[in-house]
Amino acid sequence: MSNKKMIQIALPKGRLGDKVYEMLDKAGYSCPEILEGGRKLIFESPETGVCYFWVKPSDVAIYVERGAADIGIVGKDILLEYEPEVYELLDLGIGKCRMAVAAKEDFRDDKAGPLRVATKFSHIAMEHYLDRGRDIDIIHLNGSIELAPLLGLSDVIVDIVETGTTLRENHLHVVEEIVPISARLIANKASYKFNQASIDRITDALAAGKEN
Amino acid sequence: MMQQIPDAAGVRKSSLRPVEQLVFALREIYDGFGYSRYRMSKFEEYDLYANHKDFLIAEGVITFTDTNGKLMALKPDVTLSIVKNTQDPASGVQKLYYNENVYRIRQDAAGYQEILQTGLEAIGAIDDYTLCEVMELALLSLHKAGGRYVLEISNLGLLSELIDACGVSAVYKAQVLALIGEKNRHELQRLLEQAGVEAADLEKILALLRLDEDPAAALSQAEQILKGKVNDAKLQQFVRVVKALLAICGGQADPTADGQTAAQPEGAIRLDFSLVGDPNYYDGVIFKGYLEGVPKSVLSGGEYNALMRKMGRKSGAIGFAVYMDLLERYLDAPEGYDTDIVLIYDKDTPLEAVRARAEELGRDGSRVMAQARIPEGIRYRKLVRFDGSGDACGKEGPDGEQ
Repeated sequence: MSNKKMIQIALPKGRLGDKVYEMLDKAGYSCPEILEGGRKLIFESPETGVCYFWVKPSDVAIYVERGAADIGIVGKDILLEYEPEVYELLDLGIGKCRMAVAAKEDFRDDKAGPLRVATKFSHIAMEHYLDRGRDIDIIHLNGSIELAPLLGLSDVIVDIVETGTTLRENHLHVVEEIVPISARLIANKASYKFNQASIDRITDALAAGKEN
Repeated sequence: MMQQIPDAAGVRKSSLRPVEQLVFALREIYDGFGYSRYRMSKFEEYDLYANHKDFLIAEGVITFTDTNGKLMALKPDVTLSIVKNTQDPASGVQKLYYNENVYRIRQDAAGYQEILQTGLEAIGAIDDYTLCEVMELALLSLHKAGGRYVLEISNLGLLSELIDACGVSAVYKAQVLALIGEKNRHELQRLLEQAGVEAADLEKILALLRLDEDPAAALSQAEQILKGKVNDAKLQQFVRVVKALLAICGGQADPTADGQTAAQPEGAIRLDFSLVGDPNYYDGVIFKGYLEGVPKSVLSGGEYNALMRKMGRKSGAIGFAVYMDLLERYLDAPEGYDTDIVLIYDKDTPLEAVRARAEELGRDGSRVMAQARIPEGIRYRKLVRFDGSGDACGKEGPDGEQ
């Protein structure tokens, strides 16, 4: 099969995306133009056969699932939350953190009524407590999740914890770890069928870079 | 991309949308293989779907209460209705195809969907020939849609047996299958280790996820991996059928030359065990079809003997569905023009002359719209005006210009 088509790669904007581009650069998929800044949205590298574009981290999976990007790099949290129909080809081992339940230091779940859970990750929280048979009341928030238990809006929060500094500074602590999170390489299932060799090459190169 | 589907039963091509032409073309193919058209009601009792909810590819059945107080559903799926409403054939295989609308609740948005689905089912004593024929028909269906395509083939029965033989308990099996479906080798490895699978067996499962792109080489790799771990007769049948499919469909430079031979451009058949399904329904060959440019699979099918047994049937069964709603966007890409020719007449032009001129202009298959004035916002290829004497003079209309 011909592999002449450019592989479209969706990169998450921000620190994680910068690290991922570094990995791709080292793996032989350079596109110096991407580092120049400016307002350009799409960066082509005909020599290496790839085309990059930056998108909001939570949108990477949408671009890939709908075929606008062939592959992309996304946090495991997004994959667990939205369950997109994609291949998860590689754990890049970067952007490591954990999805956890946190609460005030004096919190005790007396199981007398539904547990009030504030989170950005409603689906992950629901699945987690469904597994445990615990009745919960989800309070979906879009930011400053740590504030919810402090103001009595929720009993616990389900959120990403990196170093735990924000929690500690607000007298919160991790009650339970749900799942470890890191960046994953994902691929559109249909695109993979028509560009398997190219996508496998990128996967292998990134995997090799990860080991070094 | 505007596709033209060849040979749509003598109907003027421009009068049918490409997706409608494809429906006709597929009917001709299925008729040609001796499949008969199956028609059914739009409604079924809701119980049928409630009892086999996991078989449906999408949740969300539209229900209503009939005049006798029975809970009914607008059919969200065709296969279950065919299985329910047909009998086990006394001998041979019952071969059926359908073009039916199915109804679903939209998953991501409010409202309902009416989706045209085409497909076929073979019910009875399913032998090697039938397995191969159904997959050939799947390939032909993809070929008729035009462009590059891939039919990926897996065998859920063999994969499921391998997982069991490797000592994966029922607690882990669904999760293992889900990770296999994602080609998620890194998490699969961790889970299999956690499930206590031995290193050699773990390697076998992981190796099955990265078979060669070449189907013949992949088949031989899969055979080596599965040998000794699964039922040998079932493995040999799978190998025989895929080999036969490659022999029948391989090497045809012009697949439409003899009308009824599947196209097999290089790479169109893939063996990929990351294609999984629900083992409670599917227990043999399963397959999915992809067209370049469509982000999801447009065809899906397989052997569903387990479903047949669940529904109290003795026969085996295999079938597939083509999702016309996904093909619609691919085939019916905006053409850019509302009509080919706008014929402008004035109030003094005799009606007969306008009609005669429109007919003359439309003889080459062009779409001709007769109007007293150019409608607002219309896009046309060509503008033709009647002058006072009754002669017409042609004038090229720039795209979108009035």
